[in-house]
Amino acid sequence: MLSTYKYPKFEYRRPPELAEQRDGRYPVVIVGAGPVGVAAAIDLAIQGTPVVLLDNDDTVSIGSRGVCYAKRALEIMDRLGCAEEMVQKGVSWNVGRTFFREQEVFNFNLCPEPDHHRPGMINLQQYYLEEYLVRRGQSLPNIDLRWKNNVIAVTDHGDRVSLRVETPDGAYSLDTDWLIVADGARSPIRHMMGLDIEGKIFMDRFLIADVVMKADYPTERWFWFDPPFHPNQSVLLHRQADNVWRIDFQLGWNVDPEEEKKPEKVIPRIKAMLGDEREFELEWVSVYTFQCRRMHEFRHGRLLFTGDAAHQVSPFGARGANSGIQDTDNLVWKLKLVMDGKAPATLLDTYSEERVAAADENLMNSTRSTDFITPKSATSKTFRNAVLGLAKDYPFARALVNSGRLSVPSFLTESRLNTPDSEVFAGNMVPGAPMDDAPVETASGENWLLQVAGNRFQLLYCMSDAVDIDAATAAAFAALADAPVPVEVIVIAERGRAPGGLKTLIDSRGRIRERYDLKPGTTYLMRPDQHVAARWRAFDAARVRAALARATCNA
Amino acid sequence: MSLNTDSNFFTPGKRYFRAFSPGDDFYEALIDMHRDLSDEQSAMVNARLILLLANHIGDISVLREAMQIAREGA
Repeated sequence: MLSTYKYPKFEYRRPPELAEQRDGRYPVVIVGAGPVGVAAAIDLAIQGTPVVLLDNDDTVSIGSRGVCYAKRALEIMDRLGCAEEMVQKGVSWNVGRTFFREQEVFNFNLCPEPDHHRPGMINLQQYYLEEYLVRRGQSLPNIDLRWKNNVIAVTDHGDRVSLRVETPDGAYSLDTDWLIVADGARSPIRHMMGLDIEGKIFMDRFLIADVVMKADYPTERWFWFDPPFHPNQSVLLHRQADNVWRIDFQLGWNVDPEEEKKPEKVIPRIKAMLGDEREFELEWVSVYTFQCRRMHEFRHGRLLFTGDAAHQVSPFGARGANSGIQDTDNLVWKLKLVMDGKAPATLLDTYSEERVAAADENLMNSTRSTDFITPKSATSKTFRNAVLGLAKDYPFARALVNSGRLSVPSFLTESRLNTPDSEVFAGNMVPGAPMDDAPVETASGENWLLQVAGNRFQLLYCMSDAVDIDAATAAAFAALADAPVPVEVIVIAERGRAPGGLKTLIDSRGRIRERYDLKPGTTYLMRPDQHVAARWRAFDAARVRAALARATCNA
Repeated sequence: MSLNTDSNFFTPGKRYFRAFSPGDDFYEALIDMHRDLSDEQSAMVNARLILLLANHIGDISVLREAMQIAREGA
């Protein structure tokens, strides 16, 4: 088969434990250098924590695998310093079209609002994402990336975790205060610890073919129910980087996966779909089944499970890698506060609570999509086809067409870290909401709110003219910045610059005011992962401190 | 009143952040209603459901409109 991509080979180095004949001791170790593990390592490293990252292999993901990266994941990657490369190389898209037999019945736009920095979704082969992340990780001084280091035993002693690690030079031991487990769906560590993951396997098989071809189809997601070229089943077409196209054929349960992978079976399917003599070459073919399941809890003592190791969903919504990246985004700031002694370890229980809630939302949405795409009974299929038949003419039915509800961040409205509203606000930026983006003007030019926000607690404070800050408020802001858990104040204004070097953003197009229902005095407390923690109609330092204590389990 | 064919699902008191969620809530409940039923049982359940909903709507002109659209797709 053709190859548009050259797999990098990362260099194995003899670990210091073996070179110096001693056991290692570290504050945090991550197992698994997939997108989730490397993202966690970068996040910790840029916050000043040294990290050891262990991986049993020495290259990136084989095959394109996860291809859709959602706006929220890109916003997180922005903070990790990787999004620009991803967007440059990837294929940005917002529009999806759904066809029933030969007719288009429904289309959606993932980013219907103007004035957001990142697109609704990009398509990028997983190996590129991993390569960019690893390269970024290698550029940071405090990440110790260890390839060909395979964890063979784990013991949680309560006050530390011991690992036994196998390498080409033999085995060694190390201890760590915290272990982030990002070793994928089969998670050897989950098995070693005897932990359960519960859910169900779906009785269906899908064929993925990555095809290299020059095609002038628009950059959109196309999904067919029961198309003439593949009757009674579904087909998905996606464009990736390098003129690689992902085609996903539903096969049903009673097929032989080895047989279906053979080029002589795959090529006629694709020819029937393309319907012309267009030339193409196969790059990668795989037949997959999937499971929808999650661990009961994502924290087990000093072990923190993330990504596919903790939860798995059907692929119809791109809710796998995207949710894993959001796991580490939720986890790392909490772990950092706990490691620094600024928050109790119970803060890590809220990682589990919040991401279990997010996983349940992802499982619910992806299971609903799966049930619509692959109905389990004759009645269910009749309803599905009735919806598709009505969808062309009737808007209510279009809204019911479910070919995948694509990854969007969770509203953590049930989180105990939120301070409930005591005043009236319009719009969606409720406590627990993921922050909406908006264009801003800074002292150094045009930027985006979500490029300025994040990585620390921040207070958005709304004014008409930023110069009007009184001395008492300025002193209160300074005190917040000097607190044990510092809060950085960002003044959001229509005009002016706040005195005393306070960060000021001009709401150049009024979008922040609109999306956050701002009035002069409105104050938002934002978490390091860009979720709303609390909000008020006026600034009150005591209320901010109370909300901060609540958001860090220090209350 | 004429037949409403715009998206119209909601749960009283529940706040939705995603436009697709209320319709998906309904559709899941609809499919769940048929779980573990035979085709014959499902047909009976559907008929009962239509009768209950038709009475709830009450306005026969609206029902006639819906019946006509439904029949067009047979």
